Amino acid sequence: MKKNLLISLWMTIATTIIFGLIYPLLVTGLAQLIFPHKANGQLIQKNGEIIGSTLIGQGFSSPGYFHSRPSAAGNGWDAANSAGSNLGPTNQKLIDRVKEDVLTAQADNPGTPVPIDLVTTSASGFDPHITPAAAEFQLARVAKARGTTIDQLRAVVAGHMSGRQLGFLGEPTVNVLELNLDLDQQFPMNKQARAQ
Amino acid sequence: MTANGWFQILLFLFFVFLVTKPIGVFLTRVFNRDRTFLDPLLRPIERFLYRICGVDENREMRWTEYATAMLLFSLVSMVVLYGFERLQAYLPFNPQKFGAVNPTALAFNTAASFTTNTNWQNYSGETTMSYLTQMAGLAYHNFMSAAVGIVLAIAFIRGIARRQMQTIGNFWVDLVRCNLWVLLPACIIGALVLVSQGVVQNLKPYDSAKLVEPMQVQKTTADGKPMVDAQGKPVMDTVTTQTIAQGPVASQEIIKELGTNGGGFFNANSAHPFENPTPLSNFIELVLIFAIGGGLTYTLGRMTGSQRHGWSVWAAMAILFLVGVSVAYWAEARGNPLLAGTDQHTSAMQAGGNMEGKEVRFGIANTALWATVTTDASCGAINGWHDSFTPMGGLIPLANIMLSEVVFGGVGAGMYGMLIYIVLAVFIAGLMVGRTPEYLGKKIEAYDVKMAMLVVLVFPLVILSFAAISTVASFGTSSILNLGPHGLSEILYSFVSQAGNNGSAFAGLTTNTLWYNTAGAMTMLIGRFLMIIPMLAIAGNLAQKKYVPPSLGTFPVTTPLFTVLLIGVVLIVGALTFFPALSLGPILEHLLMAAGKTF
Repeated sequence: MKKNLLISLWMTIATTIIFGLIYPLLVTGLAQLIFPHKANGQLIQKNGEIIGSTLIGQGFSSPGYFHSRPSAAGNGWDAANSAGSNLGPTNQKLIDRVKEDVLTAQADNPGTPVPIDLVTTSASGFDPHITPAAAEFQLARVAKARGTTIDQLRAVVAGHMSGRQLGFLGEPTVNVLELNLDLDQQFPMNKQARAQ
Repeated sequence: MTANGWFQILLFLFFVFLVTKPIGVFLTRVFNRDRTFLDPLLRPIERFLYRICGVDENREMRWTEYATAMLLFSLVSMVVLYGFERLQAYLPFNPQKFGAVNPTALAFNTAASFTTNTNWQNYSGETTMSYLTQMAGLAYHNFMSAAVGIVLAIAFIRGIARRQMQTIGNFWVDLVRCNLWVLLPACIIGALVLVSQGVVQNLKPYDSAKLVEPMQVQKTTADGKPMVDAQGKPVMDTVTTQTIAQGPVASQEIIKELGTNGGGFFNANSAHPFENPTPLSNFIELVLIFAIGGGLTYTLGRMTGSQRHGWSVWAAMAILFLVGVSVAYWAEARGNPLLAGTDQHTSAMQAGGNMEGKEVRFGIANTALWATVTTDASCGAINGWHDSFTPMGGLIPLANIMLSEVVFGGVGAGMYGMLIYIVLAVFIAGLMVGRTPEYLGKKIEAYDVKMAMLVVLVFPLVILSFAAISTVASFGTSSILNLGPHGLSEILYSFVSQAGNNGSAFAGLTTNTLWYNTAGAMTMLIGRFLMIIPMLAIAGNLAQKKYVPPSLGTFPVTTPLFTVLLIGVVLIVGALTFFPALSLGPILEHLLMAAGKTF
């Protein structure tokens, strides 16, 4: 008993050094060496300033941008506070929230059912993606605000659409932040449209 | 449901099948102390560890000493973790300047949680834990608690395989070899593969990004409530930046899945794009969760000299997995009928279904698959919130843990849990034909069955007692987020998950309270250690028995009939125990949802 207690003490110290310090620091070193961009969060910079990460969604509300999925992280899209709503399927709060979001979304496309991902909160709270259906649903509104044709815009969206990884894994996605940044490049909004 | 969804699920099972034999063979070599290709690199480290710790690697232990060593190591390392949590403000690798983990009940709960391989989390990683606590406290325990589970399963298998021997191995040797040979090499390589997919691995402070479009948000008061002015109108604030949490994630993510630990670096766990950025990282993480549990069935066959028995156990697990994932996928793909005006149909443009609390890149199939896998095993990592699943979709993870997580299971824990069910299965088969039951040449006698029943009974006892108290006392019910039957499911899930050392949650329940922290920690410690001791007692008892050659009356444990009987025992024990609770929770909610009732 006493001998095993002594071994426990030494074993905890020795293994903490190997598995708690050497191992993660070694992996950090290797990751920074081999995949520096990915190991640091795939940050997007503009004029020397960080404006987001490819993997982290942001909130958009003006008509000229494609909108992300609703967020339950902090005050919204808070990437230091990841969270889902945790609302259960029969919770009246969930049903009311979705109803309200459906009404807002249908202002663009009256009578059309809203793609489900556009009115449900994501698991992380900053899902970087929407489905191709949700992008298609928003085409008319964005085209109008940007003063382009729907077909022009659809072509840009297609460029940001990713199919299933390796052809069969996961689901098709559209990266909202990358798409919106591209729109600002290709079809800049005038100040007036921005203020709407 | 789509053909592609089913393809991904079956492909996953196929990969688990592919890795079963190589991992099983490797585990056998490691624990038999045979030569492996890693010896030139690892033997010097191993010998160095034994020298400084004073371990005699050639000395074997009886089951009582094995259990004592395991308990002492768990106790000491748990105290050290508690120390890291409370002292992190004074220690390095804390760029966000987090203070001590408070209150003490939370620090205690977390220490118990990670020591028991549960990884139940009443805190949010990115707002609570310093990088040092994550690395040397939490991720460290991901290694150690996983290794403890694996070596206990090996000790049990030795008990079956050995004849007229008093000892079942040396705990320290098994622990060190498991960590050095099995977990460490796989994690170094695996972590880098995850980084290649976009899992972050750095030690820098959180980044601040200037938002592309500033947001209007409602201010919150000091106690976290939405702020309103004197007229009751919301007080708005303009947010122009987004803080992006960082950290040494990949090194923790990999062992979190391989060791079926499940504790997320971030609050959103494997739904967070920095923990699980792509469908490929998702697939790899999923296979890792089942890898060692699958491999151990092969090790069981190999060490006991009955390879076909190993595969018949594997088959029972695979069938139970397929049943679970089918129901979960079906329920989630059907969606939520209460959400009017939405398009939940599956098409080429979207996965459809119940997307609340799920990520687009995973869709329905991969989230339902993950929820099933993480609760078949005692992993507890999530890539979508189980609390927001449909009632039947949420029933599957709950029921999986209630069956004691023996479907591939937590590393080691799933194996020894299944061995307990096997003891019961051959006992029942023996009763049916009126002969003393035998298992792989060992007579199963009264002592063994009593100990097995103790394991089976402790589990529901602790769950149902604590859940019952929580549903009647105000300190229990005040934590509920979702009213109606769903609230019962939340409470039930929390104790089931902690007793089963799973760690996933119906996370709407506010569990960072004195009651849930303390009761939860007790539940986790009982669920881990009170199950292990009778299990090791059986192992020690079996090891000293004589070998009885199989005769005509022996019930064969290598046939499909055995597989069916084993599935039957698992389901009947689980169902008889928990069906009443399930019918008041998810089943009732399912019926009410169909009737359009909300809460």
